[in-house]
Amino acid sequence: MNGRLKSVGLALLAPAIAIVLSILVTTLVIAAVGSSPGEFWSTMFEVPKPRLRVDIVNQTAMIYIAAVAAAIGFRMGLFNIGLEGQYTIASFSAATFAGAAYLGGFANVAASLVVAMVVGAAWAGIAGVLRATRGVSEVISTIMLNAIAVTLVGYFLNNYGVKEGNSVHTKNLPSGTTLGGWSPFEDRDGDIWALAIVAVLVGVGFWALLNKTRFGFDLRASGQSESAALASGINPKRMIVISMMLSGAVAGLIWMPALFGGARNYGTSFQVGLGFLGIAVALLGRNRPIGMLFGALLFAFLSVKSNDLTFGTDVSPSIVQITQGVAVLAVVVTYEVVRRWRTRLEQRAVSRELTATTGATA
Amino acid sequence: MSAATAQRSTIVERLTKSWLYIGLIGIGVVSFVRIITDTDDLTGAGTIRAAIIATCPILAAALGGLWAERAGVVNIGLEGQMILGTWGAAFFTYHYGPWVGILGAALLGLVGGLLHAIATVTFGVDHIVSGVAINLIGAGAATYLAEAVFPEYEGGGPRQLNGLEAPAQVTIPGVSDLANTISDQHWFFVSDVASVIQALTTNISTLSLLIFALVIISALVLWRTSFGLRLRSCGENPQAAETLGVNVYLYKYVAVLISGALAGIGGGFLALVASSGFSTGQTGGRGYIGLAAMIFGNWRPGGLLAGALTFGYTDSLRLRDTQSVHSLLLLVAIGLLMFAAWRACRKQVKGALVVAAAGALVMAWFLLTDSVPREFTVMTPYVTTMFVLALGSQRLRMPAADGKSYRRGSAG
Amino acid sequence: MPSEVDAVQLRGIGKRFPGVVANHDVDVTIRPGTVHALIGENGAGKSTLMKILYGVQRPDDGTITIEGKQVVLKSPTEAIEAGVGMVFQHFMLADNLTVLENMVLGAEKLHGIGDGARTEIRRISERFGFDLDPDVLVEKLGVAARQRLEIAKVLYRGARIIILDEPTAVLVPQEVDALFENLRELKAAGNSVLFISHKLDEVLAIADDITVMRRGTTVGTADPATATKHELAELMVGSELPSPETEESTVTDTVQLSLSDVTLTDEFGRNLLTDLSLTIRRGEVLGIAGVEGNGQAELVETIMGMRIPTSGRIMLGDQDVTHWHTRQLREAGIGYIPEDRHRHGLLLDAPLWENRILGHQTRPPSSKGMWINRKGARKDTERIVADYDVRAPGIDTPSRALSGGNQQKLIVGREMSGDPVLLIASHPTRGVDVGAQAAIWDHIKRARRNGLAVLLVSADLDELIGLSDTIQVILRGRFVGTFDPSSVTPQDLGTAMTGGAA
Repeated sequence: MNGRLKSVGLALLAPAIAIVLSILVTTLVIAAVGSSPGEFWSTMFEVPKPRLRVDIVNQTAMIYIAAVAAAIGFRMGLFNIGLEGQYTIASFSAATFAGAAYLGGFANVAASLVVAMVVGAAWAGIAGVLRATRGVSEVISTIMLNAIAVTLVGYFLNNYGVKEGNSVHTKNLPSGTTLGGWSPFEDRDGDIWALAIVAVLVGVGFWALLNKTRFGFDLRASGQSESAALASGINPKRMIVISMMLSGAVAGLIWMPALFGGARNYGTSFQVGLGFLGIAVALLGRNRPIGMLFGALLFAFLSVKSNDLTFGTDVSPSIVQITQGVAVLAVVVTYEVVRRWRTRLEQRAVSRELTATTGATA
Repeated sequence: MSAATAQRSTIVERLTKSWLYIGLIGIGVVSFVRIITDTDDLTGAGTIRAAIIATCPILAAALGGLWAERAGVVNIGLEGQMILGTWGAAFFTYHYGPWVGILGAALLGLVGGLLHAIATVTFGVDHIVSGVAINLIGAGAATYLAEAVFPEYEGGGPRQLNGLEAPAQVTIPGVSDLANTISDQHWFFVSDVASVIQALTTNISTLSLLIFALVIISALVLWRTSFGLRLRSCGENPQAAETLGVNVYLYKYVAVLISGALAGIGGGFLALVASSGFSTGQTGGRGYIGLAAMIFGNWRPGGLLAGALTFGYTDSLRLRDTQSVHSLLLLVAIGLLMFAAWRACRKQVKGALVVAAAGALVMAWFLLTDSVPREFTVMTPYVTTMFVLALGSQRLRMPAADGKSYRRGSAG
Repeated sequence: MPSEVDAVQLRGIGKRFPGVVANHDVDVTIRPGTVHALIGENGAGKSTLMKILYGVQRPDDGTITIEGKQVVLKSPTEAIEAGVGMVFQHFMLADNLTVLENMVLGAEKLHGIGDGARTEIRRISERFGFDLDPDVLVEKLGVAARQRLEIAKVLYRGARIIILDEPTAVLVPQEVDALFENLRELKAAGNSVLFISHKLDEVLAIADDITVMRRGTTVGTADPATATKHELAELMVGSELPSPETEESTVTDTVQLSLSDVTLTDEFGRNLLTDLSLTIRRGEVLGIAGVEGNGQAELVETIMGMRIPTSGRIMLGDQDVTHWHTRQLREAGIGYIPEDRHRHGLLLDAPLWENRILGHQTRPPSSKGMWINRKGARKDTERIVADYDVRAPGIDTPSRALSGGNQQKLIVGREMSGDPVLLIASHPTRGVDVGAQAAIWDHIKRARRNGLAVLLVSADLDELIGLSDTIQVILRGRFVGTFDPSSVTPQDLGTAMTGGAA
């Protein structure tokens, strides 16, 4: 029992240090440019207004989906840096499909989600196949695919999109296929999007897949030791392609809550950068379903709450990007330190155990 | 002894010669395409000038990548370090003029490199993870610092700072005029070479010259000095280096710091030379393209120069008329077919067929259309890199211990 | 003291790692101009001691005296300055650099990095017959040439004391002879050589003095002129000298595994395995003897489905499994004890019970259909820990924290579970303590009595002779001789292994 408590304590130690460190750095940066850190923190830590609370939940959902997508790759030892491109092209495809209104009502929503997942999976699959067959690092290929996806979507949008003033977007969703949400406060405070529930499903699914299924075991084993996985009968190439596609499929869902919640089309309302936030949150939450939930909530809180800074303080909202970045870097560093420390502790424990049982010196 | 020396010089000769031949053939083909398609813009001095400006930041980033990876540290934080560089250049130029500005760009990039070195070398954090974090921090810091500092400056706003003094430009009077005259004749080959000379001798930024010089300096330092040998040994086999008394951590630190500084200079170039001032998000992924150029160039200075020039050239054509972009298709098609023929000569039948098929496709595209959408040129560097990686991954030779975490005392 | 000052004196050296005492009370004295052999079993602490003498690791206790001067070596640089050079068992060379670059690295000040260095390399190369071209990439060199390069590297730095860690492990006999010739030259030039090995024949052939290590400490010295192999072996393993006893044959008539004309070709078209044929019956242990790197690893990986043979056929029972994948083969009842347990046998950061699942993902009690059976796996891990005497605080301990012997017992227990029909055991007792070794031998023997077919690959000839029913000798990917363990001697095997008359 004591050991278990200790290991939980150790697990929480790293994020705690990281958060303290990022608060410290943020404070220093603010002070360095001559603003008031006190004002900043008091604004940030005020209880958010209802409208912002709704926003925070919605953002948490999308960031969490992105984090799970990243974590699927990470647990397998793959760096899917390409979430950004995968969800961009998937969101565009789904929005186009939904806008074309081949189906009505809920069927249109469901089919669009499938389109998003398939397109995301296919786009990520390119990197997976290149890695498995040609040994191309997925880091480089997904970075390239990000840029290609963004440009490609730009091309299609410019040539086939609906022009409205200066902006272009895909056709609006047919009226029957936007999903309402749940409005916990007044109507003007907005809705928690219906598809935010996708985040919950994805999270539970990820947990079950990883810890309860054979596939999840194979995935984790491949991530821990490729050579041991091979010797245990896992086909590494197949695992690379499948997990890359799985990651891409989940990535395809990232923006879906917004599309069917409020955006109604792919255009200026499309939110970029969620992919990279997802990667950051996956690192922050150590690829664990619960850890990532807290990470997503923290990041969503920082991003949304920073809007308050424009009123009342002279600190610009982009400061939270520094906070987020430092938090990620600090957390990976402290995890590494804690891990080394822990390994030493464990080895000591084992040697104590041995001396106790055998009475020998070594 | 003399036999071996002779042998060595022939290797050097062979290498220089083959580069020379490839260069000459390249110019010949471009010239041929220019005349066939009647697009003088393809090698007009204006285009070359734009190409040089587009090349420089990519080249600086690629060099940054080279330094870090030769010491065994993968630095995808180049993008973030470059962004920091744009801000540093703007801030220091505003206060102290362009040369201090460039130093400032290097300094800010170096700070990004320092973060990366601390995380990857001292703490053994995964290189990619650290790089991603540094890109987040770099983008955030530059945005925040710009919003916090620049609005109060003359010509500044929360997202930009204009009216910065650029580093001096140089013109070599006689050569420049002569080259101009020849270039205007539109002769086969000769005029194309003249265009290049004209662009290099007319109003060229000293910072461009500096960055090109840095390629040569890097090559010399890395391959001709004991410092460079030690640094490269850390990327090839750090355990071996340690057993021979090389302070691996120190060399990795130095390499990553230089890497960050070079990326920062690339960012500085964007703010001071490539455009009229600083603006948020100015790098537009050039750090990544730099990385791609380095891989394209097989982790070698000459190769990455070729990569950066290729990417810079396509990038510059995008800004010019669509006609010349369309002609570029023919160029690509010819290039691919030549490459296929070369592969066929080396009996790599399957590879040759794939490349030839691609060449035929591009040729068909050229013949059947009149213009190329702007977006497709934007994609060129990325698609090219994917192709190079997919087709040539066996021929690429990255440092053997690149990207691997190294702990002191792990030798033996 | 006369003019002859000892080259090296190690007194009371001790080194502790978290959880292990690697060295304690180590005393070694090397006379100048001699070849001094340091012998001991794997895991006896020889390598740690060498790293201490070369400044890679610092001792917790004791003193190092080099040529009469007591020194503290904080890094290899300081060891080099003190005149100590080391050739590691795993070569410390950068493949992508040239001979010259590898040579001058870290010693650039001596002769520069250009023609001065080139001349010096040629001088050393000619003096000792190393035959090295400075401008060739190291990746183009063969094993023996790499070793000569390593020795030349040490000489280039002016070392007078040269440590060679298991230098013959990777060499063929002719190369060993050539190496010994080089060593004699070095000795003649006034250098001292510390030669680490566990191959007694070689030690007796080259050494002037012998020091024996066991369990992290020096247990005695011997004079090669008078000592016998048996005496040395007893010193190495302690008084008990465990050796597996052959039991009465349990070989049945049922063929469990048969290979016919199996050939494996690498990507450059070279044969790694050539026309290998073998059969193993139920209740039979087939031993494979050979100098490391002669195709044993490839043979095992081919049988395990990690490589697919270029031609030939593999039958498991009466099924053709030539093109089966590893998982299918494991499901069909092949247990696998890999050569390198850290790389192929364990997930080091995963708890013991998850390591129980590894390789058995698709079979009960590890899984039920698509799902992992956590409860079943944990319960069965408890059983293995108890039955195989795996010393661990609990089944939630990560396997990294276990000692080598306990890790290996866990793997043996895992691979023996689920009633395998065939066990592929690759160096099953390498790097484990004597107690674990005996236990593992017992488990293999018991399984054999119960009708298990075993393919045993080992570098330990006593182990092979003690456990096997038949021994095949492999050389350069071919079987070059079949022996009956009841009549064969290690010397006979050694001859066959090195290509002598079989």
